[in-house]
This record gives sequence, structure tokens and C-alpha cells, in this order.
Amino acid sequence: MTSPGSLKVATPSDREIVMTRVFDAPRTLVWEALTTPALLKRWLLGPPGWTMTTCEMDLRVGGAYRYQWRKDDGTVMGMGGILREVVAPERLTATERFDQSWYPGEGLVSQVLTEADGQTTITMTLRYESKEARDMVVKSGASTGMEMGYARLAELLAGTLADGRK
Amino acid sequence: MQLRGYGRLAPDRLDAVFAALADPTRRAILTRLAAGEASVTELAEPFAMTQPAVSKHLKVLERAGLVSRGQDAQRRPRRLEPRPLAEATQWLERYRKIWEGNFQRLDTLLDELKSTRKKSPHTKR
Repeated sequence: MTSPGSLKVATPSDREIVMTRVFDAPRTLVWEALTTPALLKRWLLGPPGWTMTTCEMDLRVGGAYRYQWRKDDGTVMGMGGILREVVAPERLTATERFDQSWYPGEGLVSQVLTEADGQTTITMTLRYESKEARDMVVKSGASTGMEMGYARLAELLAGTLADGRK
Repeated sequence: MQLRGYGRLAPDRLDAVFAALADPTRRAILTRLAAGEASVTELAEPFAMTQPAVSKHLKVLERAGLVSRGQDAQRRPRRLEPRPLAEATQWLERYRKIWEGNFQRLDTLLDELKSTRKKSPHTKR
């Protein structure tokens, strides 16, 4: 059994990256925290010094979302996309594109919530439109995005990176 | 979440490091060099590769700053430069920390929501 707090990363296929994390709360609450802008603004911040200045989500299939962060030195970054699946409190899938995107197409992020014994597991799957896009994501050191960091970390640990010439 | 925005990193350098690491032969060369410096001839042997092929890989590794050339003009031994590798690892580690930070804040928020809900009108007597 997985205990709350430990973050796991896996690469089940060449187009996907999966992260799992257990939370000590029922999934209705976790769902709320993942889909309510006022709550998202309290935890989805990144490193110290950053605040979430914009958090909008039209919580329905086809609805848009938009996130923007600002650092205390004035640096701004943003991202957004369209919600593809909204099944409360089980599944949230959305496209993802960063304002300064570095790979072709969009990422697709799905968050699946499962509950057991009052604890909720979030399984976050990041999927790219093509192997090429993911490889660019994996190769790009200027990368942004959590998928990036984790893709690369997982790949490096597994020692399975594709040939790396840009 | 955008790492470029988060950290003052050297993206081009990281690009080169990760691209260099993306090939199994180049990782094997690095592993070999971790045991001590070696000439191109010495490196070609265990990999059953031609010297030009090894040189090509070495060029990628050198461009990434992962490998440098020793003083001996005759052998031109290559040696491992551990620093860029450490930088790349730190970069990834920083990323993991960012998400651990996010999720820890989420833990705190969920605890707060749980206790609030206990006091909500639904469960009040």
C-alpha cells in the first residue's frame, strides 16, 4: 500500500508519463481542490516567491482554463487549455499548452482520482500527440512544465532516452 | 508549470547535456570515463566501434561540456567533467521539489477542508 506523501513517476509508453500521489482525504475534497480556482490558487504555486495571479476554469467539457503565475521579481508565466473530460469526482482531462511552448502540438493531462479507506490517489497522466513531441519535451533542457522535468528524470533513471541529437 | 520562468538556468547548456545523455553509447562512454581518462582508441575497443564513430559521440559530449581533453598531445585522452552532470541532476531535483511543494500545500489545504466540513451545517447537531 502506498502511503500519503510519496510521489511516484513512471513512463508506461513512449508517449506517456505517469505521476501518482496519495492524499489523506476523501476524493470529493481532492476534486474540489483540483477544480476550484480559489483553492487552486492556494497550492499550485511552484517554488517560493511565486503566486498564482490568474486561475480561471470553465468546469465543463469544452470549457477553457487559464493559469498565470507571477514571481516577486515580476517574472510572469502562463498556460491554459480546454477541458476534455469532466467526471466529478473521478476524472479531469484537459489539453495543455504553455505560453512559450517548445514542442509541437499540445499535451493532454488527465487526472484520475481513486479512493480507498478515506485516502485518495491522484494518477496524473501526461500524454503527447506524438513520440516526436514527447522526445522534444524530453530533450529540451529549456523545458517548462512538470511533465518535462519528470519525463526527463524518469527517462534518465530508466536509461531509455531516445537518441538525442536535436 | 514553466521551469524557464521559475529558475535562472542555462537552457542551451541543459539542452546539450540532456541531448548528449539521450544516447546509450554516450552514456556508456561516460561510465567508462568515470573510471579514468582514456584515448579514443581505448574507448573504441569495448564498444566495437570505429574511431570516427566514437569521435562523433565524443564531439557531442564535448559540446555539452561533459568530456574534456587531457594534456598529453599524443594520446589526447578524454576525461569526464562531472559538473554539467551535477547541474542537470540539480535541475531535475529542483523540479521534483517544486511538485513536492505543491502537493504538500495541497495536503495542508485538504486537512483544513476536512476540519471545516466537520463543522459544516450538514453534520451539526
